[in-house]
Amino acid sequence: MNPVNYLYLAALLFTIGATGVLIRRNAIVIFMCVELMLNACNLAFVTFSRMHGNLDGQIIAFFTMVVAAAEVVVGLAIIVTIFRSRHSASVDDAGLLKL
Amino acid sequence: MSHVETVHSLWTLAAAEAPKKIPGPHIEYVQLSPTLIVLGAALLGVLAEAFLPRGVRHRAQLGLAALGLAAAFAAVVALAAGGYASDKSHVAAMGAVAVDGPALFLQGTILLVALVAVFTFAERRLDPAADGRPVDSFAAQAAAVPGGDAEREAVAAGMVTTEVFPLVLFAVGGMLVFPAADDLLTLFVALEVFSLPLYILCGLARRQRLLSQESAVKYFLLGAFSSAFLLFGIALLYGYAGTVTYAGIADVVSGTTRVMDPALAGSTANDALLLVGVAMVLMGLLFKVGAVPFHMWTPDVYQGAPTPVTGFMAAATKVAAFGALLRLLYVVLPGMRWDWRPVMWGVAIVTMLVGAIVAVTQTDVKRLLAYSSIAHAGFILAGVIAATPDGVSSVLFYLAAYSFVTLGAFAVVTLVRDAGGEATHLSKWAGLGRRSPLVAAVFAVFLLAFAGIPLTSGFAGKFAVFKAAAQGGAAPLVIVGVLSSAIAAFFYIRVIVLMFFSEPKADGPTVAVPSPLTSSAIAIGVAVTLVLGLAPQYFLELAGQAGVFVR
Repeated sequence: MNPVNYLYLAALLFTIGATGVLIRRNAIVIFMCVELMLNACNLAFVTFSRMHGNLDGQIIAFFTMVVAAAEVVVGLAIIVTIFRSRHSASVDDAGLLKL
Repeated sequence: MSHVETVHSLWTLAAAEAPKKIPGPHIEYVQLSPTLIVLGAALLGVLAEAFLPRGVRHRAQLGLAALGLAAAFAAVVALAAGGYASDKSHVAAMGAVAVDGPALFLQGTILLVALVAVFTFAERRLDPAADGRPVDSFAAQAAAVPGGDAEREAVAAGMVTTEVFPLVLFAVGGMLVFPAADDLLTLFVALEVFSLPLYILCGLARRQRLLSQESAVKYFLLGAFSSAFLLFGIALLYGYAGTVTYAGIADVVSGTTRVMDPALAGSTANDALLLVGVAMVLMGLLFKVGAVPFHMWTPDVYQGAPTPVTGFMAAATKVAAFGALLRLLYVVLPGMRWDWRPVMWGVAIVTMLVGAIVAVTQTDVKRLLAYSSIAHAGFILAGVIAATPDGVSSVLFYLAAYSFVTLGAFAVVTLVRDAGGEATHLSKWAGLGRRSPLVAAVFAVFLLAFAGIPLTSGFAGKFAVFKAAAQGGAAPLVIVGVLSSAIAAFFYIRVIVLMFFSEPKADGPTVAVPSPLTSSAIAIGVAVTLVLGLAPQYFLELAGQAGVFVR
């Protein structure tokens, strides 16, 4: 199978993730969409690695996974704190800081 | 059965051969010592948090952080004196980290800024003591619901969030690597290492926790979003060039690569990978810089975060991010200068104008400073666009000058307080010059430096940047820059007029008397502002010598 198809899939997943970040209202769902974008990046890295015949892309995919895991730790902590003080994880409710 | 035998024979064959030696990576620990010292101090800080009794923790953490940062700065100076900033500059750690003039200059700036910022973090005399114990700007227990039972218990038990010191050190560690990163993977990891602690620090304010938590959520979600774009851009650039090292990509971009394998010939035939990849990576960096289409987080986060954190973030993040942007544009992409320059022109013009114009309408000091930082990002971008050695050195000088002014200005903001904590609304600053002339005068110095009035560091920096831009063929940018400086000067002067020429209100804020920590932070800010303004020559030359990137 032509590896370019995986690139199309990666681009599609990335776009779905980015669209989700822009239109969803729940902080957790937005965060899941960001994770989807990171995984799309991983797919692109691995595919390019296969196309170029070197291992750099696969190594980078491991780094991305670790970074994504660290981001989950920090992100969920922040979202859970704001949920506990406001009883809502909707980003529309977080409107104290405005122009 | 035969299949099994083949595998078996392969296996025995492999065992019979002499074991192949895999060479270990060659790491120049001494040249990486600034980063290693800071990260080591951060790890010790985590251990101190776990093992020291609560009473001594604050003092121990402050000492550890200050010592670590000072030692790292000494290491930077030693490396620069050892010639690594000029003739011995090279790429260390198997091509991952550059040790050269711009990297060392920016690392030194970041370390000094962080050292001064740590002083403001440790300030404990501004708020009235809770239950007889002095308190700092950070929540007693960040996980407790604001105003809830858990928080009352935490305050009564005398809990303090001394974790901020290790967090700052981790952030500084990432920031030191960020402008020195010499491949895209290191760039991404460094970005995350300095961003994640900052997200947490933003949510730790003692007063106005809801604002603080909201700013943390906004910063986190937008920051994660932008770093995903950066990562996809890195993936596309890797797909284009088949490598993530800066030198390798630069070779492929400029068409001077030596070996052209079929896969590379296929991918470089398609410029879309390169153009989209560069656009996405620039997007990620411009977000951290706070340039205009990607600036929306800046005012909210600057306003909501605890003020010492805001000062640190505004100063150090900008230095690190501009360093990375410079290296990317000057080392990786000089071959496509004609593609990125028009785009950056547009970004710089919009950034300068939007920052200056929107700041006029602001009524909150921290938001005002946030929009001013956006306008300053535009001025610095003008120097970046010059694409000349002068451009690099003027940007380095501007960053050093600007970061201390910002740090000092936010430190002054922590002093003006009323019953609800810091009084950041501009109307409350009316008549401050009558009530406490010294604080108002110091703030006026910082505002004049922001405005770029002669005899302050702001003027020297702006002059250097605009001169480099004009010589680099960006004269229209300079005109827009001067115009938006004039607009910006209007609102800086307006604040000064408000402080000195209007009657103080009866229920106005009080000016807290700080401990020597914040006083020395502000004093250092004023001193650097005046020294760089009155005698900039030595520092301009220093930045000029440091202005050569290694490839």
